[in-house]
Amino acid sequence: MMKFRSFLALGLGKSVQILTQKLNLGGGTNLPGTLARLVDPNLLSTLTATLPQGVILLTGTNGKTTTTRMLANLLRSNGSQVLHNQAGANLITGLTATILAASPFFGPLHAEIGLFETDEAALPQAILETKPRLVVIHNLFRDQLDRYGEVDTLAKHWKKALMLLPATSHVILNADDPAVAYLGEGLTAQVTYYGVDDSRHATNSTDHIADSQFCRCCGQHYTYSLTFYSHIGHYHCPNCGHSRPTPQVKLTRLDLRGTASSQLLITYPEGTLEIELPLPGLYNAVNALAAATVGFVLGAKPALIQEILAAFKAAFGRIERIQTPEGQPILIALIKNPVGASETIRMLTSGITEKQQKIALLLIINDKIADGTDVSWLWDAAFEPLTAYLAEVIVSGTRAEDMAVRLKYAGVASEQIKVEPKIAKAVAKALKMTPAGETLAILPTYTAMLELRAELAERGWVQPFWEDGL
Amino acid sequence: MPLKQTLILAQLYPEQMNIYGDRGNIIALAQRCAWRGISLKVIPVDVDTDIAWETCDLAFFGGGQDSGQALVANDFLKKQGAKLGNALEDGLVMLAICGGYQLLGHYFLTHDGQRLPGLGILDVHTIGGKKRLIGNCVVSGALEKPEKQHALPFVGFENHSGRTYHGPKVRPLGQVLVGYGDNAEDRKAGAVYRNIIGCYLHGPLLPKNPQLADHLILQALRRKYDASVTLSPLDDTLELQAQQTMVKRLGC
Repeated sequence: MMKFRSFLALGLGKSVQILTQKLNLGGGTNLPGTLARLVDPNLLSTLTATLPQGVILLTGTNGKTTTTRMLANLLRSNGSQVLHNQAGANLITGLTATILAASPFFGPLHAEIGLFETDEAALPQAILETKPRLVVIHNLFRDQLDRYGEVDTLAKHWKKALMLLPATSHVILNADDPAVAYLGEGLTAQVTYYGVDDSRHATNSTDHIADSQFCRCCGQHYTYSLTFYSHIGHYHCPNCGHSRPTPQVKLTRLDLRGTASSQLLITYPEGTLEIELPLPGLYNAVNALAAATVGFVLGAKPALIQEILAAFKAAFGRIERIQTPEGQPILIALIKNPVGASETIRMLTSGITEKQQKIALLLIINDKIADGTDVSWLWDAAFEPLTAYLAEVIVSGTRAEDMAVRLKYAGVASEQIKVEPKIAKAVAKALKMTPAGETLAILPTYTAMLELRAELAERGWVQPFWEDGL
Repeated sequence: MPLKQTLILAQLYPEQMNIYGDRGNIIALAQRCAWRGISLKVIPVDVDTDIAWETCDLAFFGGGQDSGQALVANDFLKKQGAKLGNALEDGLVMLAICGGYQLLGHYFLTHDGQRLPGLGILDVHTIGGKKRLIGNCVVSGALEKPEKQHALPFVGFENHSGRTYHGPKVRPLGQVLVGYGDNAEDRKAGAVYRNIIGCYLHGPLLPKNPQLADHLILQALRRKYDASVTLSPLDDTLELQAQQTMVKRLGC
């Protein structure tokens, strides 16, 4: 029986939720949770305890939205009623609001399993409150240092929380990220690793934005036999011997098909699985690998995993293709931190086969709270590979000028850079600049993507974001 | 035809001390040299690297994570300390940001009472604070011997928990117009001694404050070649636009 306090909190939160939706105040994704938690701080704990199949939490700097969506599709087609924070509200208040939405005023929850994409900083609290049966940690890169602090501090908080999980819980970790793989040592919970084994995707250079390149045990510099990007790769410590754990689930082969799709061969303890993934880039292949690993651990049928991933559509703005009524293709890809931005640029340029080919590009950089108010990260991202392929580039957003300076110092001539802080005008200019039939690539930060989305919805080209996938 | 001017820049611990886009400062110096036909050679100084400081013209020391800083502090003081100190007294041009700035001072007193020694070349000391000082920052231009453009204010982003206090042997780089500055108390931002500039400004500092980048390049050229060297002007429209947008946004 629910306590009176929880009942009050539930009633208040739900009322606010219904009100914000009725009054059309936008997504209304956090406020109800915030208010309800003021009345009953244990509400998330109380409500998640009633989910018969428990809770799955997934975190990481990059790829959490995409991977969680892959999992949601998988769980649904596996027959579960899934509660998923698909609008991306991934703070503790957002998780609370998500479960509020599925709770009727009386009676049981309209869901069997909770699947929560969880903010990096919110993970320890989320673990404490939801007592998850499964936690997935995907990667850890520098991101919004003004908000999260240093990556090492974050990793320490994660480790502390994971140590509390019982033997019935399962932790799934990326073996290729030393900061993440290390989390699996000494846990009571069961641990499964996934990792990339296709050496053809390694780069030769060590990356300047590698954050976790020092041995977690003794502080020595890791030696990498393969580096995929940033500090992701095959590493070992020449001093104490600490090394990448051998993953149980491996990406044995990956064939990228430009900006369109990729073909994966995944090896797991019982066999192999071939997947046609309709998403480009190494990082999306690793997202699919993580989702597949969770699938194997939960006992999903390999054929189902194959089918669901082959039919996957990315979330709004992650990698989204739309067309203007005139038939102009637009590719939207979110950028929000140096590693993600560098990988997105690698994806854009790797699809180019002819030297003369140009990329029509619009970059939208905002510095609102959700983007991170510090845009120093632009200088840690590799924009240099773009310069050979730009004829003209438009920069927009509250930090359009900063982006312009970054491009100039990456080697783009000042005359090629057009500054247009207003997003609506920038989109119009960018479309005008794009040759007929060519794709316009738009790379926005998070809030810029929401604004872009609103702008495109106004034109009737896309749905408003909170209706996405509903 | 004059000989091509060449400058050598030593970057201290690029792997450990590379947080918050500080490498943008190196990119800015390298490009602004390249656009003028000056060759800038960057030498990474890693743990246990031997370097002849007397052959260097510029040095850069960025900020790092706490773990990175702990790893390099010992090497910095033992391996490089004395020789780098001599070169700096001799006029080596140096820019140090955040953690690098703190390590040039006398000491860092952590909030749990640990006293971590620094090089002591800058007459400053740092005391750890609980609340991090985070946000955009505008500083008045106060470099001595102001050539006209040095009067421009400069902008950056600060993110530090240490409070740095100045002694009498340094002069402030500028006065905080918006933001916290070195210690959130006396409005001082950054410290200058001989040809060393230390401060907390990320952003990174140099790309959007081209006057500072050129100040460093010019000092290094004059020290190496001839006190009458001048820099050919560059078109800084985009840089100054970025700088002024922030200055205006913050109401200066």
